[in-house]
Amino acid sequence: MLELAQVDKTFATRKGASHAAVADIDLSVGAHEIVGLVGTSGCGKSTLLRIVSGLEAPSGGAVTIDGRRIAGPTPEIAMVFQEPRLMPWLSVTENVRLALLDLPRAEQQRRIEEVLGLVGLVGFSEALPQQLSGGMAQRVAIARALARRPRILLLDEPFSALDSFTRMKLQDHLLALWEKANFTMVFVTHDLEEAVILADRIVVLRGQPGRVREVFPVGLPRPRRRAAAEVQALKEEITLSLDLS
Amino acid sequence: MALVETQRRRSAGREEAAALAASVPTSPPAPTGLLDVIGRFKGLFLPVLLVILWEAACRAEIFAEHLVPSPLAVLAELQYLWDRGELLTHVWVTLARVAAGFFWGTLAATVLGAATGVSRPLRELLDPTLQALKAVPSLAWVPLFILWFGIFETSKVTLIAVGVFFPIYLNLMSAIQDSDRKLVEVARIYRLSTWQLLRCVLVPATLPAYVVGLRAGLALGWMFVIAAELMGASEGLGFLMIDGQMTGHPAIIVGSLILFAILGKASDALLAFATRPLLAWQDSFAKMEGGRANA
Repeated sequence: MLELAQVDKTFATRKGASHAAVADIDLSVGAHEIVGLVGTSGCGKSTLLRIVSGLEAPSGGAVTIDGRRIAGPTPEIAMVFQEPRLMPWLSVTENVRLALLDLPRAEQQRRIEEVLGLVGLVGFSEALPQQLSGGMAQRVAIARALARRPRILLLDEPFSALDSFTRMKLQDHLLALWEKANFTMVFVTHDLEEAVILADRIVVLRGQPGRVREVFPVGLPRPRRRAAAEVQALKEEITLSLDLS
Repeated sequence: MALVETQRRRSAGREEAAALAASVPTSPPAPTGLLDVIGRFKGLFLPVLLVILWEAACRAEIFAEHLVPSPLAVLAELQYLWDRGELLTHVWVTLARVAAGFFWGTLAATVLGAATGVSRPLRELLDPTLQALKAVPSLAWVPLFILWFGIFETSKVTLIAVGVFFPIYLNLMSAIQDSDRKLVEVARIYRLSTWQLLRCVLVPATLPAYVVGLRAGLALGWMFVIAAELMGASEGLGFLMIDGQMTGHPAIIVGSLILFAILGKASDALLAFATRPLLAWQDSFAKMEGGRANA
């Protein structure tokens, strides 16, 4: 469904030089699949996600959904960032509404109630972002993304700023949401356990510019136990592939 | 009620500079007893004490009477001017000049600050010139403005507008430039129109700094109105001061000083009150700060 063909991204630096972030990325993501991107810092994972989101244009190659080329943000794709990125002056409801401004008012209201219910924040609909904990704020960001009913949900290290208990809770929560709805997920993470628990496939990027080094299918049935031997073994294998030495 | 609360907050001895810098109003708990009522007015304590000491010093003839008038003498002088109908005219003329200068200065600063904040080419084109003009000491404009606009209102209002312009311009421009790129990206992901981007993201993001700029601009407006009136006027509080100096009436000078203090403070309080609804989200944040929710 989502295809990346020979995607390159080169940034011009201030001094007129150029910096290649990613190169020759070929990746095909199926409907309702979950793909995790891992790699050491600076290998272009986030850049790749931003290209898919339409925030950045690729320097070469193409990103397509069902054969249609992506040129800029589209309603079919939603993105959750590392930070919740909520407008501090808008209530939770109004922050979710931002994703729905092109819909009729009644439909906006219906969807806001629906997604706040999904992430368990109905009681906080009138709260301001500053009144929320980090985990709650990130749930609002996920709600905002899902309110769009995207076909593809992109997540850029969505839980990395949270404490480990909240992180585990939200990982399970995200999987539950994914099982209920029919969207595809592509996420970036530094947390190999998160990658193994969530993903159907894990793509390891390496180098500068970042290239696909290896792809690991995760054949484990869900729900996956974090302490399971298979999970730990796969983490080990990916660590070797990352070649951290 | 809200007005009373604003005035109380403004007079509660909270330092002006801190209030300007933070511009986050804090609401003390509602008064419950006599002590709280006294506490509300503690900002008045120091001025009242000073006035009493001043009056006592004058009665003890510590200062020469023709140099330092007693508070009662100042009051009597103001009363005299009031009765003759002069005082209201002078206050009114000065207020009108500040208002006109503030209006035009704000208008120009808002248009140019928004333009240079949003557009990089415009910023590169205009900002260096404006920054250079900012470096010109304000009084240096006086001869030119008199030559261009004459000795009447236009030159005075222009001078005040110049003073008002810079803090508002700078605050607005840098606030727009600094507005969070990350929030703008959210607007792009959800494909907000330019109008929606302005309404939902850029304007709310820049309002706090803009309001700080407005208040700093107003303070400068008061500074410049004196300069304008000292350089030649036949009406206004600045003229009244010169008149007091020429005629050897220190009571008039001190009375004008006090009126300036009162008018400046009152206009700032009014501006703070008027802009408060714009910053309501910060306000409710301050109220709620103690009670953050947990996941």
